[in-house]
Amino acid sequence: MTGELLQAAGLQPADMQALWLTLRLAALTTLLLILVGTPLAWWLARTRSRLRAPVEALVALPLVLPPTVLGFYLLLAMGPNGPLGGLSLAFTFGGLLLGSMIYSLPFVVQPLRDAFAAIGEQPLEMAACLGANPVDRFRSVVLPLARPGYVTAAVLGFAHTLGEFGVVLMIGGNIPGETRVLSIAVYEHVEALDYANAHVLSAGLLLLSFILLLLIYTSRFRRRTGA
Amino acid sequence: MTVKVDMHLDKGGFRLECAFESPPSGFTAVFGPSGCGKTTLLRAIAGLEPEARGLVKVGADSWQDANGCLPTHRRPVGYVFQHPSMFSHLDVHANLRFGMRRRRSSDAALDFDLVVELLGLSDLLRRHAPGLSGGERQRVAIAQALLSNPRLLLMDEPLAALDQASRSVLLPYLDDIQRQLAIPVLYVSHALDEVARLTDHLVLMRDGRVVTSGGINELLTRLDLPMAHGRNAEAVLHAAVRAHDTRDELTELTFSGGHLWVPRVDAVPGAGVRLRIRARDVSLALQPLSGTSILNSFPVVVAEIDDDGPSQVMVRLQAGDQTLLARVTRRSQRLLAIEPGKHLHAQIKSVALLA
Amino acid sequence: MAVCVTLGGLGNSGVSRLPLLRTLSLCLCCLACSAALADQVRVAVAANFAPTLERLADDFTAQTGHRLLISSASTGKHYAQIRNGAAFDVFLAADIARPKRLEVEGHAVAGSRFDYARGRLVLWAPAAGALHDARAALTGEQVRRLAIANPRLAPYGVAARQVLEAWGLWSDVQSRLVRGENIGQAFQFVATGNAQAGLVALSQLLGLDASARGAYREIAADLHAPIRQQAVLLRPGRAAESFLAYLRGPRARAIIGEAGYAPPETS
Repeated sequence: MTGELLQAAGLQPADMQALWLTLRLAALTTLLLILVGTPLAWWLARTRSRLRAPVEALVALPLVLPPTVLGFYLLLAMGPNGPLGGLSLAFTFGGLLLGSMIYSLPFVVQPLRDAFAAIGEQPLEMAACLGANPVDRFRSVVLPLARPGYVTAAVLGFAHTLGEFGVVLMIGGNIPGETRVLSIAVYEHVEALDYANAHVLSAGLLLLSFILLLLIYTSRFRRRTGA
Repeated sequence: MTVKVDMHLDKGGFRLECAFESPPSGFTAVFGPSGCGKTTLLRAIAGLEPEARGLVKVGADSWQDANGCLPTHRRPVGYVFQHPSMFSHLDVHANLRFGMRRRRSSDAALDFDLVVELLGLSDLLRRHAPGLSGGERQRVAIAQALLSNPRLLLMDEPLAALDQASRSVLLPYLDDIQRQLAIPVLYVSHALDEVARLTDHLVLMRDGRVVTSGGINELLTRLDLPMAHGRNAEAVLHAAVRAHDTRDELTELTFSGGHLWVPRVDAVPGAGVRLRIRARDVSLALQPLSGTSILNSFPVVVAEIDDDGPSQVMVRLQAGDQTLLARVTRRSQRLLAIEPGKHLHAQIKSVALLA
Repeated sequence: MAVCVTLGGLGNSGVSRLPLLRTLSLCLCCLACSAALADQVRVAVAANFAPTLERLADDFTAQTGHRLLISSASTGKHYAQIRNGAAFDVFLAADIARPKRLEVEGHAVAGSRFDYARGRLVLWAPAAGALHDARAALTGEQVRRLAIANPRLAPYGVAARQVLEAWGLWSDVQSRLVRGENIGQAFQFVATGNAQAGLVALSQLLGLDASARGAYREIAADLHAPIRQQAVLLRPGRAAESFLAYLRGPRARAIIGEAGYAPPETS
């Protein structure tokens, strides 16, 4: 039903495929990043090891590197002589997933790290004195208190992956249903001078991203006013 | 349950080496100047200082010794932090239930309603942290710790972070707990009046070490210790209610050294009371005075004298089996020929009833 | 000229008189100097031809003294930029469609279009031992991924598709096909080993050292429509026209032929 609705809005079947692919990629990337990012962010928030600074820098790297650089190195790494060569990840959804996870890593890890750090020591020490073991403490104190951080991390990670282009361009291979994501579809339309379709896709993506970001900021504002 | 502690800790240049034993019930004060390691000691007993080594034994249970060390969450300890803290994502009721659901000792637990009543939280159960004052949050923290059924309650200067008004509201609650609780409590403070009011036993600390420990009044009146030389030097006495005078609204108290009159209290004859008498409120005379507004006067024997500044001395006095302090000028000492063994009369300007 | 206009604009904001004087004298100097210097030609070139153009530029400058200012990108991007007013004098495209559109839309000088080269397609499989039969190589199991330029965007991609259709392999090869954004990216996919084979331009292969090329086979030109690469004049000018004349001349033809292109008039 949604399909027909979108078609009425002017979306071609190939582009709808790109849309679902993009949403799937963003959702899966965000989910995996939350799972992987939680222990990493926890460690970063609480460790006093000397490794902290270099790891922080590595996590932040995708923020400043041009996506094409990332894509280029991934292309080489996934090639037959590269460290990931055996996994045949180039031009696959799996390869995009890996690329997206690296690309959006700081957008998920940094809000989580900040949320964990903001909790401080005392609630955790309190919980320990009240009988909560480490796993219990994490579940019943850290997670609820870090919830805003999780929301921010999830929305930012999702929205950021939606807009991913440079990395996908380098390692995707533009395969419909597998690696032809929305940003690639828009690019292709523009290159082929098909501005009508480019408009439909671009406007849709713009709207979607705006709504997602609006979500975060409304919830932050509501919390601050104590509602 | 006797609490036996022997802790060693090296933390960033500060060394803690403490050994003491505290009586099985009642409040034991851990007293000393800021920075002497009181909080660190308490944290080490709770297991919150991973580098601490030594012995912590509560009753028959060893929480830490040469063979092993229980992690904090397995020690049946209650801890009240200096900064009032509640879990901000839970309301008061849920905060109280947090420890209840994770009880570590199989002793008979305190009743929920009893504790709520004791700390005056009945109207606050559905509230959240941001809507509560510092004093209210501290009461929640205390109740929370009590409801987790601890074998030892640790309180780290619970009143220090509160303003004067909140403190005076909270002290009576602590009085009630002190009276009704059977669990031993270690109460850290640098405020002498709190310590005098609430505790029976005192552990005196300085520079990470225990200087001495003993009964509260014994240590308060020892002239070789700093407490007897502060501005608020005082003694704690125990007396019993004898009778009430309804015409003048006074209550008569008796103790082994004599009688005392205080403004009428709500207690039955025979009930025990705790009194504080400040050194600066005690004056001395060779004879009992007449024609004076001071009601309270009784014979005392001088036990010891020590310097207390350029122009004053501190005198330790014995009245029956109780000890008190008086601060007088050197001139008076000379004029009255005050020396150990001398019989004098003490006039008490003001007696504060503590509980 | 454009530089002077911008600087002059700054002076007009009326901040102070001194910068205004300075920019005016700078403009005067530029004008004076440019008359004495040889001209510059701003060339927009399709990415696949860029290396060849570098060689042509050296020769052209040695011949005439005029210099080429080269901007390399995909034909589509250049087209979009020129349409929106990008300041180029000459456009060397990889197809005829874009120059034609520019002429029709009035962004190019009418009648100035001509073919300057014809692309030659090769099947490249660097890791393979030898390639005797291009078509047979593609039906084998060794080629798990075949890279081509996106037929929707790139003339070499269109040709690749035509070849695959002529061989009857187009539908079979779909699941193994990888589309590069342009011929350069298709080349990249094969060069990094991520695609085992690709239909790329001969000129790209000849750009590699002979020892680094590996196995390749030229595709017969009759299997696809000719990849006609056209040049067009965007703004009239002495140096620009001189360059286009050079491009049609025998010296340029020789260089272009060496680089792996067929001469423009081949059938």
